[in-house]
Amino acid sequence: MSDHHIKLPEGSIEKQTTTLNLGPTHPATHGVFQNILELDGERIISAEQTVGYIHRAFEKIAERRPLYQITPLTDRLNYCSAPINNMGWHITCEKLLGVKTPKRVDYLRIIIMELARIADHLICNSIVGVDTGAYTGFLYVMQYRELIYEIYEEICGSRLTTNIGRIGGFERNFNNTAFEKIEKFLKEYPKVLQEFENLFTRNRIFMERTIGCGPISAERALNYGFTGPNLRAAGVDYDVRVHTPYSSYEEFDFEIPVGSTGDCYDRYLVRNQEMWQSLRIIEQAMRKLGEFKGKDAEVFHADIPEYYLPEKKDVYTKMEALIWHFKIIMGEIDMPAGEVYQSVEGANGELGYYLITDGGRTPYRLHFRRPCFIYYQAYEELTKGSMLSDAIIVMSSLNLIAGEMDA
Amino acid sequence: MALTNEYIKQRLTEKFGDQVQNFQEPYGMLTFEAPKELNLKVLQYLFDEDALAFRFMTDLQAVHYPDNKGRELAVVYHLHSLTENVRIRFKVFTDIQTPDVFSATALFSGANWMERETYDFYGVNFVGHPNLKRILNVDEMDYFPMRKEFPLEEQTRVDKDDDMFGR
Repeated sequence: MSDHHIKLPEGSIEKQTTTLNLGPTHPATHGVFQNILELDGERIISAEQTVGYIHRAFEKIAERRPLYQITPLTDRLNYCSAPINNMGWHITCEKLLGVKTPKRVDYLRIIIMELARIADHLICNSIVGVDTGAYTGFLYVMQYRELIYEIYEEICGSRLTTNIGRIGGFERNFNNTAFEKIEKFLKEYPKVLQEFENLFTRNRIFMERTIGCGPISAERALNYGFTGPNLRAAGVDYDVRVHTPYSSYEEFDFEIPVGSTGDCYDRYLVRNQEMWQSLRIIEQAMRKLGEFKGKDAEVFHADIPEYYLPEKKDVYTKMEALIWHFKIIMGEIDMPAGEVYQSVEGANGELGYYLITDGGRTPYRLHFRRPCFIYYQAYEELTKGSMLSDAIIVMSSLNLIAGEMDA
Repeated sequence: MALTNEYIKQRLTEKFGDQVQNFQEPYGMLTFEAPKELNLKVLQYLFDEDALAFRFMTDLQAVHYPDNKGRELAVVYHLHSLTENVRIRFKVFTDIQTPDVFSATALFSGANWMERETYDFYGVNFVGHPNLKRILNVDEMDYFPMRKEFPLEEQTRVDKDDDMFGR
């Protein structure tokens, strides 16, 4: 029998601490990544993160694909707010190609991007609620995420991985149902958000669970390359929408909410405030859209026949349109050679696209700056010395999306 | 005083002479390169000078140019001066036989995983990195998949041989 005993790793009997594998498929990780925690009782001594379980080699695949075929890849980065990724990619292409989009397109894009931001923050904040033991908020706000998804559906036909828009604009104009749904959202959502805040913001249990949990100073956050709500919760007012405006964000009036301690509670507050600001932005965009009259009110794409797909009814009936359609789909048009870095304010941070082209039909190199890949490395510093249950909340309040982390 | 590309260029040339070279401005972003031995010195200088204050590392990645003999791999740093809101791009080139580049982890904690990712895909050996091992790929992998000598599709495939679309 002595030959068949279980082989334990060296020193595992003598050591006084417990090793705990949190993930890769633990329900509390909300995604496929692993934390190897070293615990003394319930206190965390060290944490080692393992990522890459759903790595799909997007950057390599992108080197063989023309521009339009890369849009569906960007969907699958942060899939909680896919339209922001799509539009960020299209804005990058437009920058490379030197395309100027009409104002109306910019405003339509802003509406969709801010809706996506709301949907993303909604998920993140309500999941923080679920992880602290409050399920109600999560179920309550889900119907408004559903409404946002219905708006996407009206515009592009899909819900989660949207593949929305084209280089230079949208595939079709927003129909009346879409505008009605946006109006409905603007009318009903403030009350819901208010109620969501009533459930959490001054809730004693929630406050005691989150205040002081996973804090980070502004210097450390900057040094770690934090961006988005997580950086703002630490007190740095950096927002790509304001610092390097894209898609006419400079014309909009909104505030950047900031926190001070960078803990889970501040991250929650910053996200909630951002949802209010997003609503303000959407309202302004709707007002600006109402000012377009006559022909201007029908514009939904830039005039770039080399990159914008012709209308389907022309493709079916006209030779030239068919040829252009074919050329664009197959990526037969060479891009100008160049080197572009363009970033947009994704829902969880600065989402950057670094695109190098050598004049061929596909990128020579495309790198995604994925915010949560960069700030997840701070996880050990955020959780060291705290309790195991805090580690779970830190994970959900950082808004980690495995699809984005692993690209 | 607003921080202009011209000013950054002037300061860098004052400090490092002609070792910092090849200044370009593709799409408005100042881009320059330095010898790989100098990468930390340049990063430290850009970090420390109060007038420049490039204290935020936005991104770090590598690019492979197989035809560039002796300087096949480029490590690209995107830096951001948040106080002045200026971005720059800084490159160091290295040959592929000895791809040793100094690690920036002491300066930017965020460089840790970005360097691991770069090592994982391009095999750039970051000297001084505390934990340089693969991050997204499996540990057993014995090649660096983003290098250009690895085509995307399996080379034994014959069913997709298509002259017209260059597959």
